[in-house]
Amino acid sequence: MIKVRAERLNFYYGATRALQDISVAVQPNVVTAFIGPSGCGKSTFLRTLNRMNDIVPGTRVEGRVLIDDADIYAPGVDVVALRRRVGMVFQKSNPFPKSIFENVAYGLRINNMAGSRSELAGRVEESLRQAALWGEVKDRLHESALAISGGQQQRLCIARALAVRPEILLMDEPASALDPIATQRIEELIYDLKQAYTIVIVTHNMQQAARVSDYTAFFWLGRLVEYDRTDKIFTNPAEQLTEDYVTGRFG
Amino acid sequence: MRRAEFAIEWALFACALVSVGTTAGIILVLTVETLAFLREVPIAEFLFGTEWTPLFATPRFGVLPLVAGTVLVSAIAMLVALPMGLLSAVYLSEYAPPRLRRTVKPVLEILAGVPTVVYGYFALLFVTPLLQRVIPGLAGFNALGPGIVMGIMILPLVSSLSEDAMQAVPRGLREGSYALGASRMQTSLRVVVPAALSGITAACILAVSRAIGETMIVAIAAGQQPRLTWNPLVPIETMTAYIVQVSLGDTPQGTIEYRTIFAVGMLLFLGTFLLNLASAWLRERFREVYG
Ligand SMILES: Nc1ncnc2c1ncn2[C@@H]1O[C@H](COP(=O)(O)OP(=O)(O)OP(=O)(O)O)[C@@H](O)[C@H]1O
Ligand SMILES: [Mg+2]
Repeated sequence: MIKVRAERLNFYYGATRALQDISVAVQPNVVTAFIGPSGCGKSTFLRTLNRMNDIVPGTRVEGRVLIDDADIYAPGVDVVALRRRVGMVFQKSNPFPKSIFENVAYGLRINNMAGSRSELAGRVEESLRQAALWGEVKDRLHESALAISGGQQQRLCIARALAVRPEILLMDEPASALDPIATQRIEELIYDLKQAYTIVIVTHNMQQAARVSDYTAFFWLGRLVEYDRTDKIFTNPAEQLTEDYVTGRFG
Repeated sequence: MRRAEFAIEWALFACALVSVGTTAGIILVLTVETLAFLREVPIAEFLFGTEWTPLFATPRFGVLPLVAGTVLVSAIAMLVALPMGLLSAVYLSEYAPPRLRRTVKPVLEILAGVPTVVYGYFALLFVTPLLQRVIPGLAGFNALGPGIVMGIMILPLVSSLSEDAMQAVPRGLREGSYALGASRMQTSLRVVVPAALSGITAACILAVSRAIGETMIVAIAAGQQPRLTWNPLVPIETMTAYIVQVSLGDTPQGTIEYRTIFAVGMLLFLGTFLLNLASAWLRERFREVYG
C-alpha cells in the first residue's frame, strides 16, 4: 500500500527547473527522510505534496502527485481540504502574532473542530504536550507567541500542525533550531506519531535521519538520486554519490 | 573634495533648517496670537461655548459648532473611506493577481493627487444635486455631499497604506495559515489583517487627520453657517472653512475677530498633530514586530 506517490514530477520557479523527474512512493505509517545538500530541492518537493507552492507566483508543476491514489493536482481538487489532511511544519518557524493558545487553536477554529471551550482547551493542551512544549508554556498560554524563544516557537508550530490531526505530516527541518533535549523529544514524538500518521521529514542531520526514519530519499541538484530503506542508504547505498554524501566525503 | 563634501553637507543642513524653521515659525505665530486671543476670551468659553458668531455685533466665541461641523463631515468621510478602503486593500493585497496590483496602485496614487478644489466643485455641482433627487430636504450646502466626496478623496490613502501594511506581513504567516486548511478569506481576515493591524490603524488615523484638515471641499460645498448639529442635510461650517472665510474677508489685522482664526488654527493644529503622532507611533511599533 502506498500513501503518497509522485510520478515524474517536474517543478519550475519561472524558467528554472528545481525538480527533475521525481518519482517516489511513500508508505503509510512510516517515517521517510529527505536528505541532500542545501538547495537540492528538498523543501520544494515537500511543498509540492500539500500544494503549498501554489501560492508562490510564477511556479509550475508537471507530472502527478497521488495521495491515496487520487491526483492532488487534478482539476477540481479542493486544495483547502487537501491541506487539512496534509499538515506541514515549515523550515522557518512562523507562529502567528497571536497568543500561544490561539496559535494552536487556530486550525481547530477555522476547520470548525473547536467544539466546546473545554474540548478546545483539552485539544490545545494535548497538542502542546505532544510537541514537548506544555511544561514550558502552561502558565503563559495567553501571552504572545512572538515572546517565546526560537526553539519554542518551532515546537509551537509543530503543536499547531498536530492539533488538526492531519493524515500526513510534512516536517521541514523541524529540529534545526532546537537544543539536544528538545530535539530528542521531537524525535520521540515522531516515533510515537508514526503509528497513526505518515511522516515525511527533511533533515540535514545524518544521525537524525538514521535514528528516526524507516526510508530515506537522497536528493541532489533537483534529482532523486536514491530512495531505499534507511539502513540500506546508510550502510550499503547503491550509488557512489549517496555514499559520498552520507559519509560526509562530499565536496 | 573635502571642501565640496562640506559644502554639500552644509547646503543639505540649510534646507532642513528652512523647513524646521518654517514649522517653528508657524507654531510661534499660532501660539502668540492664540495667547492674545485667550486674554480677551476665557478658554472655557472658547472650548465649551455653543455659539460661534465672532463677526456679529454681539460676538460669541464658542468653538463647538465649528468642531461639530468638522467632526460631522470627517465622520461621514470615514464612513465612506474606511470600509471601502480596507476592503479594496484586502482585495489588492490578498486576492488580486500581482499584475493587477501593479497597475491599480499607481492609479490610486494619481487619484490622491487630484487637486482638492476639483473635488470641492464635484461635491457642490454633481454629488449634492444627485443626492437632492433622493433626499428632498437636502440643502444646496450641506455636510453629506462634501463628506462623501471627501471619503472618496481619502479612500486611496487608506487603501494604499493598508495594502502596504498587509504586504509587509511575511509570506510565511500566510503559508502557516493555508497549511492548516484555511481558505483565502480566513487567512486574509484572521491572520493577515490582525498581523497588519497597527499599520492599518496608522493608515486610518492618518486618514482621519487628513479629513479634519481638509479645507477646499468643505469651504466650497458645506456652507458657512456654524451650527451645533448632527444633521448632515443642512449647511454647516468646519474649522478649516471658517479660517478660509475670515482670511479671504476684510477683517482688519490685530482685532479679536482676526485672532479667532489663529485660535481655531491652533486647535486644528493640535488635533491633527496628535493624530499624526499616534499614527507614526503605531507604524513604528509595526516595524518592530516585523523588522
Ligand atoms: N521562491 C523561490 N523562487 C525561486 N527559486 C527558488 C525559490 N525557492 C527555492 N528556489 C530555488 O530552488 C532550489 C531548491 O530550493 P529548496 O528550498 O527546495 O532547497 P532545499 O533542499 O530545501 O535547501 P535547504 O537545505 O537549504 O533548505 C534552489 O536552487 C533555490 O534557489
Ligand atoms: Mg529547505
